[in-house]
Parts: sequence; C-alpha cells; structure tokens
Amino acid sequence: MTDLAQDVAGARPAPVARALRIRRVRFGGAASGVGHAGWGRTIAAAIVSFIYFFPVFWIILTAFKTYEDALAVPAKFFFTPTLENFVQVFNRSFSAGAQAQNTGFTLYFFNSLFISGVSVLLALAIGAMAAFGFSRYPLKGNDTYLFMILTTRMLPAIVVIIPIFIMFRVTGLAGTYAGIIGLYTVFNLPFAIWMMKSFFDELSPDVEDAARIDGSSDVRVFFKICLPQVWAGLAATAVFGLILTWNEFLFALLLSGVETRTVPVAMSQTIGGDIGVRWGLLAAIETLFLVPVIIVTFALQNQLLRGVTFGTIKR
Amino acid sequence: MTTITDVPEAVPALRKLIAPRWNNWPGALVVFVIGTALAIALLEPKFSFWVSAALAVLFAATVVANAWGRYTGGLLVAPALALLFVMNIFPLLWSFGLSFFNYRSNRARAPTWVGLENYQKVLTDPDIWDRLHNTIILVLMTVTTQMVVGFLLALLFSKQFPLRRYLLILVLTPMMLSYVAVGAFFRYYYDPTFGLLSQAVRLFTGHPFILMNTVWGSRIGIVFVDAWMWSPFVMLLVLAGLVSVPKYLYEAAAIDRVPKWRQFVSITFPYIRGLLLLALLFRTIEAFKLFDLVFLLTNGGPGTATETIALKVYRVAFENNRTSESTALAYILLFTVIVLTNLYLYFANQRAREVAAP
Repeated sequence: MTDLAQDVAGARPAPVARALRIRRVRFGGAASGVGHAGWGRTIAAAIVSFIYFFPVFWIILTAFKTYEDALAVPAKFFFTPTLENFVQVFNRSFSAGAQAQNTGFTLYFFNSLFISGVSVLLALAIGAMAAFGFSRYPLKGNDTYLFMILTTRMLPAIVVIIPIFIMFRVTGLAGTYAGIIGLYTVFNLPFAIWMMKSFFDELSPDVEDAARIDGSSDVRVFFKICLPQVWAGLAATAVFGLILTWNEFLFALLLSGVETRTVPVAMSQTIGGDIGVRWGLLAAIETLFLVPVIIVTFALQNQLLRGVTFGTIKR
Repeated sequence: MTTITDVPEAVPALRKLIAPRWNNWPGALVVFVIGTALAIALLEPKFSFWVSAALAVLFAATVVANAWGRYTGGLLVAPALALLFVMNIFPLLWSFGLSFFNYRSNRARAPTWVGLENYQKVLTDPDIWDRLHNTIILVLMTVTTQMVVGFLLALLFSKQFPLRRYLLILVLTPMMLSYVAVGAFFRYYYDPTFGLLSQAVRLFTGHPFILMNTVWGSRIGIVFVDAWMWSPFVMLLVLAGLVSVPKYLYEAAAIDRVPKWRQFVSITFPYIRGLLLLALLFRTIEAFKLFDLVFLLTNGGPGTATETIALKVYRVAFENNRTSESTALAYILLFTVIVLTNLYLYFANQRAREVAAP
C-alpha cells in the first residue's frame, strides 16, 4: 500500500509543489506583486522590530542579572552575566541562611510538558479523524456542527469553567492529571479539527478515488494516502496546540492541584509571593517558559496565519 | 384480536434487544439508561459518575460496531462531537439550567428554584453595568489601536527588502507568548521605582512615574500590552491581503498615471477590506474575553476601573461563591461572543469563496 502511495505521489507532485508555492506566497516572496524596497526600508523595519522585540529581549537580559543589577537605577545595559537565577528557579533557600530546597519548578515544568503533550496528541488523533470526516463525507448539517465546534473554542473560558469546576469537584477529577488532560484535549479539539480540515480540503480527491477504485478500504485511504500528504499540517497543528496549552492559564488556575500545577499558575503565584521584587529570578522563570515558544514560532512562520485564525483563513 | 397478533411480533423484538451482540446498540442504550438511573439513586455521586461513564463507553462501542463500514463519515466525526458534548455543551446547558436556581458552590444546601431572579439581579446591578462599561472602553481602545498599528506595520512590511523575513518574525513573536508571562514582566516595566517606563519619564521630569494608579493610566497600560501582543495579528491578516493583489493592476494604473492614493483606494483597499473586517471581528471577540492580562497586570484596579466583565464573572463565581448568579452573568457574555463568532464565520466563508473563485 505504501508503494501505491509513493507511486501516486511520484506521478502527481502537486502536494509538494503546492506546499512550495504557499511558502513562496505566504509573506510575499519575489512574486508578491507589491514591488521592492531597498535597505532604507530595512532600517525602518529594523527599528520597528527592535521596539517589538525589546520587552522580550529585556526579560532575557534581566534573567542574567544579579539581584542588585536587576534593581539598579538607572537600568543597566552592561553587566557581568550570572547563571545564579536559573539555578535558583529550581533550588533556593527561602529565608536567609537556610538550607536550599527544591522550589517545585522541576515538577511544574514537567507537568506543563506532560499535560500539553498528552492532550495535544489525543486532540490530534480525534481531531484529524473528525476533520477528515467533515472534509470528505459532506453530510447534512455539517456546517452547523462546524460552527458549533468553532464557537466552543471562541467561548470565554470563564463561562465554560464554572459548570466544569463543579462537575470536576463532584466526580473527583479536580486536581488530577486525567481531569486536566481531558479538559485540555477538548480545549484543543476545535482548533485541531478546523486546522486539519483546512489541510485536508487542500488535497485533491483524485488520488483517493483512484485508490478506492483499486479496492482500498476507507481506513487504508485515510492512513496510506491522506495522512502522508498532510504530515506538515499535522506537525503545525500539534505545535500550535502545544503553544495554546502551554500558555493556558485560567483552566489550570482553577482545576490543577498541588501535584498537577502548571508553570503559568506557579508563575502567577510567585508574583507578589516569596519572590517579591527579585525580578531576576522571575525573569529567569519567564525566560525558561518563553524561549521554547519563541524558537517554535521561528520554525512555524509559514503556517502562522493559518494557525492564529484556527485555519479559517489560509491565504 | 390485535393482542394475539402483536405478542409474537413483540417477542423477537425483545429477543433482539437482549441479544449479547456487539452491534446491539438499542440494548446497550437501555442498559445505560437503567444503569445510570440506578447508580445515581444508590451510589455516591463520585462512584455513580464512573459507573455511568463505563456504561456510556459500552453504548458507544455498540454504536461504533453497528455503524462500522456503513456510516463512515458519521463514525469519524462522532468521537469529537461526543467529547465536545460531554465537556463543553453539556456543562453549558447545565449551567444554563443552574442560572434559574439559587445555588452556592460552597454550601451543601440543595439548589432552589428562583426563576428569572438571577437575571433580574444581574441586569439591575449597577456594578455589572459599570464592568460592562469598562470592558467596552477597553475593547474599543485596544481594537482601534491594534487595527491602526497593525495596518501601518503591514504597509511597512508589504514590500520586499533585505532581511525582511527575519525582522518580520521578531515582530510576530509577541503574539505567541502567554498572557501570564507578559503580564508579569510588564509589571516590572511599569514599576514606579525600578521600571523602565518610570525611569524613562524621570529623565525628563525628574519624578518617578506611576502609570497604574490612575484610571486612564491603567487602561492605557493594559491596552499598550494587548496592542503590543496583537497588532502583529492584524498585520499578518492585512499582509495576506496585500500580497494577493495582482501586480498588473498597479502596472496598468501606473501607465494611466493614477495617483498613489487613488491606487490605494481603488486597487489595494478592495483586496484587504474583507481581511480587515475579519481581523476586527476576531480581535473584538478576543478582547471581549480579556481576563488573564487584567488579572495579572492590575487585578481590576485601581478600584474597579479596569475590572472587565470576565474578571467580574470570576469574582462572583469563585471569590464570592455566588455560583448561579455568575452563570446568569456568564450567559450574557456568551451571547455576545456567539453573535460575533457567527458574523466572523460568515465573512470568513465569504472570503474563502472570493479567494477560490478566480
């Protein structure tokens, strides 16, 4: 069956070509049709980009400052960098002279990673299936379902959380991994469905029809013909889902227990807590939290438009 | 007469119902309903939930076995719809029901029916109208700023120039960051003594500058952060429109010596109009739900000047524990968002057709 998929893909290089064209057009490559500007525009854009990136840059800088340097007035641009803050994120003494102890952030980072990882995988599996269904088997009422699905994603989290909070308390799911992972799976599901649908919609159905005529079952068509063509889409959906879940705050604040607390919740609790005005320490937590997202954003830039609009706008 | 002929027909139907086959979904449904009712009546809520969940899985399995190979589309879509129903739609309907009762989540007392009293209380509460007022001011300010700045950014980045790709990604980064982290570090920037803003102002005035202690100051503080994060989103959408304009239109206009502003109005604008509208709707929906940022940055202060409606719902529900009142309030928020989402999807579909047509 893989042979068939390869044969077909070889005979019809459309998906690859289409992917390349999207890459070229997305942010307006040479064929953008708007024309060229010289280095003058580069300088103007560099200034604007610097302003936009400065808050993030300054946090990363602050993470390497000592306690005194972070509080220095006027602010210091040049200083001797230290890694002390990054060590203290995980291990520090809570009062002067006391033994250094674990702050729990190892657990919180693990929780964030584990919870978002598992829930995104689940959402992707269920979502890709549903997206394929919506894309290939136009049923009566599909538009209504799709609208309903997107609406659940657009709903204010605070509205959804009130009944779920009570439900979780009654069923004993509050504060457990199962509860928060289940909730995040559903939270990611609408996004996964819409995003994957937009990728499935772009595939030409000819190949699938050919495979069906040759006697392939629906299951085989899905796994051997369609999925291989949307690997990039699956990856992009997964990464966007990871970022959404990684950043999520309100659900985690109300439904995670001591053992399942995620980084955003822990971070919000350290503000005004025992960290006080230890900005360097807070900046180190934020740096560890943000840098993965920034790196991933670089990798994702060609899919960014589709990702941030839940797949409703492709180009 | 009828009973004599009916009984033999009823027996095979009954036999079919209790047949232990994997595709016997009506039987599983009966087991599910009876089992759940028994579990709720006899067991503690915690256990009855798991019993009914197990029976629901059994029912789902029989439905799948029945539909296998026959209703492929429905089968693919069903798990997602079922999950969404259990975790989203059902809780929402339940909370809608709850909004007609008097219920406090921190009391053991059973809910009592009060009819529309919660809605009446919410709609006549001057506090709520004040929070709505705050929210609308914030939405207007932040969406306008984002649209204008995002549009200008898009114009800046619309042409090809050296290093464009890398500079663009720097601008797009804030969009992907978490509100919590952003809120936390803007607290540092707005700090009266050590913050960069205060220090910058002090260079000129000689006094420390406290942005967040006045009503409009804290509003501007919030809007600045939100616009910083989300104006790149508007830029991204407008850019998509700008690069879709065919080049020959500009060439033709240049031959006819059409002035630049006229080119913009007649050629460029029609191509980005749809996307501008989508950006506007999308950002309005998101701004209406603004919670994390306000929670972290001002916590509604000074006083309640920046307390948004979402934050108010949070306070009523989880700090005052007036659960059923908060659900009534939440439904007002919900309604607004559903209307806006509907509009958004309508225009998104329209645009998808426009793009696909030529």
